[in-house]
Amino acid sequence: MNGVAASLGAAFVLAGVGGVAGLAVPARWRSAAVGAVTAAVGVAGAVSGVAAVSGTGWQVRLPGLLPLAGVTLAVDPLAGWFLLLIGGVAAVVGVYTIGYAGTSGLGPAARGSSAVLPVFVAAMLLVPAAGSVSTFLLAWELMAMASLLLVLSEHRHSRAVRSAALWYAAMTQAGFVVVLLGLAWLAAAVGGESFAAIRAGAAGLSPVVSGGVFLLCVAGFASKAGAVPLHPWLPRAHAEAPSHVSALMSAAMVKLGVYGIVRLGFDLLGGGPRWWWLLLGALGAVSALYGILQAAVAADLKRLLAFSTSENVGLILLGLAAAGVWAEAGQPAVAGVALAAALLHAANHAGFKTLLFCGAGSVLRATGTRDLDRMGGLSRRMPATTALFTVGVLGAAALPLGNGFISEWLLLQSLLHRDPAGGTVLTIAAPVAVAVVALTAGVGVVTYVKALGVGFLARPRGEGAAAAVESPPSMLAGMGLAAAVCAGLAVVPVVLAPALDRVVTGLRAGPGPLGGSSATLRLAGIASTISPLWIAVGVVGLAVGCAAAGRALGRARRRVPAWDCGDGPLTARMEYTATAFAEPLQRVFDDVLAPEQAVDVTQSAESAYLVRAVEYRRRLPDRVEARLYRPLITAVDAIGRAARALATGSVHRYLAYMLAALVAVLLAGVVR
Amino acid sequence: MIPWLLAAGQAVLVMLVAPLLIGLMRAVRARLEGRAGGRVLQPWRELRKQLRKEPLIPADAGAFFTAAPAVLVATSVLVAAVAPFLSTRGPLSGVADLVVVVGLLLLGAVALALAGLDTGTAFGGMGASREMIIAALVEPTLLLAVFALSTRVGSTDLGAIVAAGATRPAEVFTPASALAAAALALATLAEAGRLPVDNPATHLELTMVHEAMVLEYAGRDLALVEWAAAMRLTILLGLLANLFIPWGVATDPHPGALAVAAGVFVVKLAALGCLVAAGEVFLAKLRLFRVPELLAGSFVLGLLAVVASSVLA
Repeated sequence: MNGVAASLGAAFVLAGVGGVAGLAVPARWRSAAVGAVTAAVGVAGAVSGVAAVSGTGWQVRLPGLLPLAGVTLAVDPLAGWFLLLIGGVAAVVGVYTIGYAGTSGLGPAARGSSAVLPVFVAAMLLVPAAGSVSTFLLAWELMAMASLLLVLSEHRHSRAVRSAALWYAAMTQAGFVVVLLGLAWLAAAVGGESFAAIRAGAAGLSPVVSGGVFLLCVAGFASKAGAVPLHPWLPRAHAEAPSHVSALMSAAMVKLGVYGIVRLGFDLLGGGPRWWWLLLGALGAVSALYGILQAAVAADLKRLLAFSTSENVGLILLGLAAAGVWAEAGQPAVAGVALAAALLHAANHAGFKTLLFCGAGSVLRATGTRDLDRMGGLSRRMPATTALFTVGVLGAAALPLGNGFISEWLLLQSLLHRDPAGGTVLTIAAPVAVAVVALTAGVGVVTYVKALGVGFLARPRGEGAAAAVESPPSMLAGMGLAAAVCAGLAVVPVVLAPALDRVVTGLRAGPGPLGGSSATLRLAGIASTISPLWIAVGVVGLAVGCAAAGRALGRARRRVPAWDCGDGPLTARMEYTATAFAEPLQRVFDDVLAPEQAVDVTQSAESAYLVRAVEYRRRLPDRVEARLYRPLITAVDAIGRAARALATGSVHRYLAYMLAALVAVLLAGVVR
Repeated sequence: MIPWLLAAGQAVLVMLVAPLLIGLMRAVRARLEGRAGGRVLQPWRELRKQLRKEPLIPADAGAFFTAAPAVLVATSVLVAAVAPFLSTRGPLSGVADLVVVVGLLLLGAVALALAGLDTGTAFGGMGASREMIIAALVEPTLLLAVFALSTRVGSTDLGAIVAAGATRPAEVFTPASALAAAALALATLAEAGRLPVDNPATHLELTMVHEAMVLEYAGRDLALVEWAAAMRLTILLGLLANLFIPWGVATDPHPGALAVAAGVFVVKLAALGCLVAAGEVFLAKLRLFRVPELLAGSFVLGLLAVVASSVLA
């Protein structure tokens, strides 16, 4: 029994214990027990991941565990990378849950939700560990069901929760069906359902089969990953779920969609023709741009974070697409860098998004609102939460000193590579992709400056924000852990280089892409280098030096009422709101965002020239949803209504249906 | 040891020259407009005056407001130290990367925008919003314009790009470089807050961008912010000059070559500064909502430059 097996087994046993604890422990201790066990499940999962990325492989077949197919588990470095990621997120979220769910025994602390939480984490760990199609699909469905129950945790609290859960249920099941069709087709074409058999037989597949399987599975995986246009469940479910569940879903579960694409495209099918990857790249580019634009204009903090998840998934998909294209073009070194960029960005996003969703949860708990326009003044009332949120913001805005910066730098490097033999399409696609990444990063900065600046600084804009108090220590401890990981990834990302090298070489995508000393990151096949440690030392050292010199040589600061061009005493109503902050951006991109605005002017009864009231309304509907999903829902509704005519209640008619179905089946058998 | 001394010297040079550049540009503009104007040393006198005065902090502001000037100065000084102004071989090639330099400048802008929001005034929020939206649109252009050169060099290291331009100009520069230079020039004007994007001389509420964010600063803090803003202008003009006119930059750290490089750098800066100032005489500030059109234009120029420089193999 090796390290992977022991720790993974421990994780599953612990998850069982956690499930029982959630049901059995009284409300007063329930959250503490479940949170601690979930954290332990996460730690065990992360340990198994570390063992796997350091080169310990493990596989086992348990034929008796399930009828027909049995259970096959196989852990390689790629699976290990995602086990590490999920385990890390779960460990942090487990600690955070202790304080967040609280002792009320309601909502996220209720029996059902508490019992499902560790099971959800275990199901997520099972997905990358699966070694056959049937085990993978079983784990995938278990994960979807468990997350759906968790999204429903606060269904008594608001009606929006039910609608969000319906959207999520419908989309996750549709995605599951598509993945099921794709993988079943693949298994049938190869003649075996274990991943090893598929790997061996993939070379002999016809391009129609492999292309069809790739399209079907990418559609399903991209909907789980929240890529635009398959995203409408994401802003709903992430916003309405309890924040620790949002963190788990956005930071960990969404990444399993990415895992699915990597596993299928690079491992099982062993790469593919260029059109696969260009299509994936287009999907990524649209997700990145549309996601970040919607995030930039969102006034609901959790909706903002959810759309930013779509954006980051888009960037990851762009990295995967670049890896596929470069591998196909015979540039394995650059392909390795692109793949490493995508995987590292997945880990970075997991880090900062856990932190940001937990921060949003703390704010929601303290102020009772997710609306940025009603927040503010939290930097005085919740200083620790504000500081931790700032670490997450640095990462999410892809600024230097943040962890997202490193992976976006890697991504840009892989896209900037010039291949004279690449052909016209690549010559145009690569610069366009660079422009997309750069514009996404730019708008991302606006988004997160808004989230931090409007949400946390200056004066409170609402009563909830005015009465906010700092979160309990367990929540701060969870967020502190996440912030420490983010800071570590930002300053010494080189520690992950050996693990990434092993994952990339394991996928036969290229030579080990990363190297370098502790301070400087070097790439295979690309001359550029980056020294995150020196950047951090330089900025922090100079800033501290400058501030210290100012304090030592100059006079102390004096607190005075704000001058504001001599405008008199200020009220919170005069502060810029999140909506106002993003308004210029909304104007710049109004062709994309299509805001609905209306101004109603009510004239006075005496004269048409005297205005009594002016009312301004603005709504920013999700355009993709309105154009794509609303007609679909209407059509499904219409079909459903039309199908009612089939069921009239007459027994004779039903017997006739059965006879017709039997005849059809028999005929089908004869024809075949 | 020598590269480190060189970096420190370069940072000190930029810190000393930056206010003089502002003074020169103001003097040129005043002369062309038929005014007497201040002396070239005037910005230094103002800095000295403000450094002695008492810094004030608005009642509702917090740590973000007090930290921003230091962060702004730190990012500017770091970029000034590592960018290839005098020599192409800095001590920290992993910091002189193009993406890192653009990111560091953006980090400074973000610190200032957060400080503007932290004051809780309407002007602070307005300035922060405008500054961030302009920065969001300028950043891609800055990156794309230099990528037009870096794709031909095979590295985004600014030192490597300048060195390649100085030693093998035929390989690096193509007709597309002219597009890239135009895009970078527009992005530089926008990023540095010059006309036609922002007017550094105005305090009119509807047109302010940068000034609106820093309205509440006083004394030492204001001096640091102004100094850093001058350094950012110097850095951006210096990069523009050295990327597209790379001659005169020392490729090996020989004292004589460095002295020549310092002289050439100052001359290039002065020439570019005079050019910008002279251009500003004939320009009015664009309406805020016309600025994105200008930036979109420069973005497209940058994109064309990258595509063209990849095609012209």
